[in-house]
Amino acid sequence: MTRVVLPAHLRALARVSGEVEVAGATTQAAVLDGLEARYPALRGTMRDPRTGRRRAFVRFYACSEDLSHEPPDAPLPEAVVRGAEPFLVIGAMAGG
Amino acid sequence: MAGVRVLVGTRKGAFVLTSDEGRRSWTVDGPHFGGWEMYHLKGSPVDPDRIWASQSGGWFGQVVQRSDDGGRSWDPVGNDFSYAAIDGRQDAGTHQDFDGTAKPWAFQRVWHLEPSLTDLDTVYAGVEDAALFKSTDGGASWTELAGLRGHGSGPQWQPGAGGLCLHTLLLHPTDESRIFAAISAAGAFRTDDGGASWLPINKGLLSGEIPQQEAEVGHCVHNLALHPDRPDTLYMQKHWDVMRSDDAGGSWYEISGDLPTDFGFPIDVHAHEPETVYVVPITSDDFHVPPDGRLRVYRSRTGGGEWEPLTRGLPQEHCYVNVLRDAMAVDRLDECVVYFGTTGGQVYCSPDGGDTWDAIVRDLPAVLSVEVQTLS
Repeated sequence: MTRVVLPAHLRALARVSGEVEVAGATTQAAVLDGLEARYPALRGTMRDPRTGRRRAFVRFYACSEDLSHEPPDAPLPEAVVRGAEPFLVIGAMAGG
Repeated sequence: MAGVRVLVGTRKGAFVLTSDEGRRSWTVDGPHFGGWEMYHLKGSPVDPDRIWASQSGGWFGQVVQRSDDGGRSWDPVGNDFSYAAIDGRQDAGTHQDFDGTAKPWAFQRVWHLEPSLTDLDTVYAGVEDAALFKSTDGGASWTELAGLRGHGSGPQWQPGAGGLCLHTLLLHPTDESRIFAAISAAGAFRTDDGGASWLPINKGLLSGEIPQQEAEVGHCVHNLALHPDRPDTLYMQKHWDVMRSDDAGGSWYEISGDLPTDFGFPIDVHAHEPETVYVVPITSDDFHVPPDGRLRVYRSRTGGGEWEPLTRGLPQEHCYVNVLRDAMAVDRLDECVVYFGTTGGQVYCSPDGGDTWDAIVRDLPAVLSVEVQTLS
């Protein structure tokens, strides 16, 4: 079970508080697929609904690493897959 | 009891201002969607409890919200604005970028939501990059009315400074197959068949910023307005020039008259006087503030040409705010009240058609849009 931490705006859209969980996800794309299936309001907010490209000011972190530029189908760290570490969706630093 | 609900979109959230028919005492509710840019909110004429809201931001993109209880609660609906393939292509094609190169059409945000006058679940969305979408299922899905981009001149459209945006939609009051749209910086367009085919309606416009001043397209139209009793008469605030058409956009003539400057963004018509028009002159295209630091609404009671400044209750010194294109509205109670919001966060209303003004609120985030629902 992958634990996911969403930023405040996306928690509000999904109407959740705290971490959420996605079952059986071993890749970044699978995590996003699972999130969008469970919380349809998140569709289009993290990646383009047509191309699947990550939105420019969204970042994905885990295990103190920036996974944003990893291919969507690259395996997630084992600690994330087994739920020991969370997968973080971050609104990037932007603005002055 | 009758009353009004004023829907205010700002750079950092939405606000709902309510009052009874006296419109002297106001309740301010918000921010809704705090931190998001709320480009536009508008209520359905079919059921005023149905309100649509465009919520967007640089981080998380576009969300469309719908309320079915007058703005007390909201639910996100569909936000997939996929452009149609046009001109026999496999993709959406291209438009011109600022530098003249061909740029693929790409959805950015919803500028304007226009609910159907007759069907609760039908709503139109004007978007950037300039295109028109329609939902007939309460916002769950959106389909492009691609005849607009595909009518012929689409590949030549270029963005204005605010982007290539379809920002104005007017529905004919009795014939919803006729729709008027305005795009910066392409011009005004009309469909007479519900959006299947479109005509540029820019004859008579002159724009010094383009190589052919009288070109069929390429004009930076800022806003359009009409009175429902005279739907063939259109008023236009162009980049420069205030214009009028008496033949549904077939031709335009200038009505700037004695305005101190004819640059501006919003234009609107009194609810009960089709020849009474309001604009807010702005100094120039590179200085978006009121002339001389004095915030003045100008009113014409003659359908344009002759204008009077309306100043009582508005700051007449050191005022350097702007009033954006969707930030003026009128209510339809017996005594029509005029409303507008500023980039300084004030929302003003005039209970006497513009003679005097008072601020409902003064310190909101920059106001992007103001719409009014008249409640019975």
